[in-house]
Amino acid sequence: MNRSRRHILFFVSAAVFFGLMTWAMHDLPPVGHYRGPYGDAINATVVYERHITDAVTAVNFDYRGFDTLGEESILFLSVIGVGTLLRQQKRERKSREDTDELEKGQAPEPSEAMKVITLGLVGPLVVYGIYIITHGQLTPGGGFQGGVVLATAPLLVYLAGDLKTFKRITTHTLVEIGEAIGIFGFLMIGFLGIIAGKEFLRNVLPLGQTGSIFSGGTVALLDIATGLAVAGGFISAIYAFLEQTIEMRMEGEE
Amino acid sequence: MSIFPYLVAAWLFLVGLYGVISSRNFVHIAMCLAVVQSSTYVLLLAIGYKTGGVPPIFAGAQVGTPAVDPIVQALMLTDIVVEATVVALLLALAVQIQKAAGTVNPDRLLELQG
Repeated sequence: MNRSRRHILFFVSAAVFFGLMTWAMHDLPPVGHYRGPYGDAINATVVYERHITDAVTAVNFDYRGFDTLGEESILFLSVIGVGTLLRQQKRERKSREDTDELEKGQAPEPSEAMKVITLGLVGPLVVYGIYIITHGQLTPGGGFQGGVVLATAPLLVYLAGDLKTFKRITTHTLVEIGEAIGIFGFLMIGFLGIIAGKEFLRNVLPLGQTGSIFSGGTVALLDIATGLAVAGGFISAIYAFLEQTIEMRMEGEE
Repeated sequence: MSIFPYLVAAWLFLVGLYGVISSRNFVHIAMCLAVVQSSTYVLLLAIGYKTGGVPPIFAGAQVGTPAVDPIVQALMLTDIVVEATVVALLLALAVQIQKAAGTVNPDRLLELQG
């Protein structure tokens, strides 16, 4: 099908779709008149029942913890997928470490200002990521958000032009161990519920004082596990992509 | 006004879809798919919104203040994670297509193989 025919087909069906959608929307409850009972029920009881002040984290890691286990597995599998798709192909080889070949895949040397700012940001960013992860049950944030913040730290090192350190961080065994502990830890915390004679992922630990960093029982632990898994997963994926430009050379290419 | 956010969601969906069908670059297609998916964020947030509602964070806020639905927001977080994974896989495929065929233009790819 050529381009113009494809466009005509699209515009006709888009017009029909938009018309039908607008028609259907008139029977939806108008925006601002929320009718679902479940959200209100959670908002009314979450602080008493779970000692958690962030209702979104409570839904993710407690009321619907099982879904989050699936969500984390999706992320894990996609990192495996990216790693498999971007593995070293038959016609490719890695650049030799001892030569300056590694430098060839590198963008032009960043300016001094860039280096100072990016390297100076690494420390605060790591602290911020840990803060977001550990305060998930109190304020907006949690394992997923904090994990992504943590994963951007090695990216800043790359931007600063420090390839060797970047490689050392991203290929470090700790990244893989962190990811594995994250996934496995989530499962184990889930089994705590079964050990206590309740359901899988049931919040069985003491709930603690509302507003304290140790509140929320298993939710705080699940946040940390998810944070580890997400940070590890994203760092692995980032490395898989950057490896393509930094290291992979076609056979015969100098 | 009462259905405006729903219309925005439908519009985002169609704009993203137009990007996908008219695209000449696989990386661009992955980004357009992200736009399509962002329409679901708008839809979910619009469904859970309550006029005058505060965010469902009760640190420092009085319990009992009307807050928006936390469940759709949790769903949206799942949505974002799924989008990140889909985009990562599509970009990895685009890298390999570029290496195998020397182009990331879907139309050129058909010509080469046809």
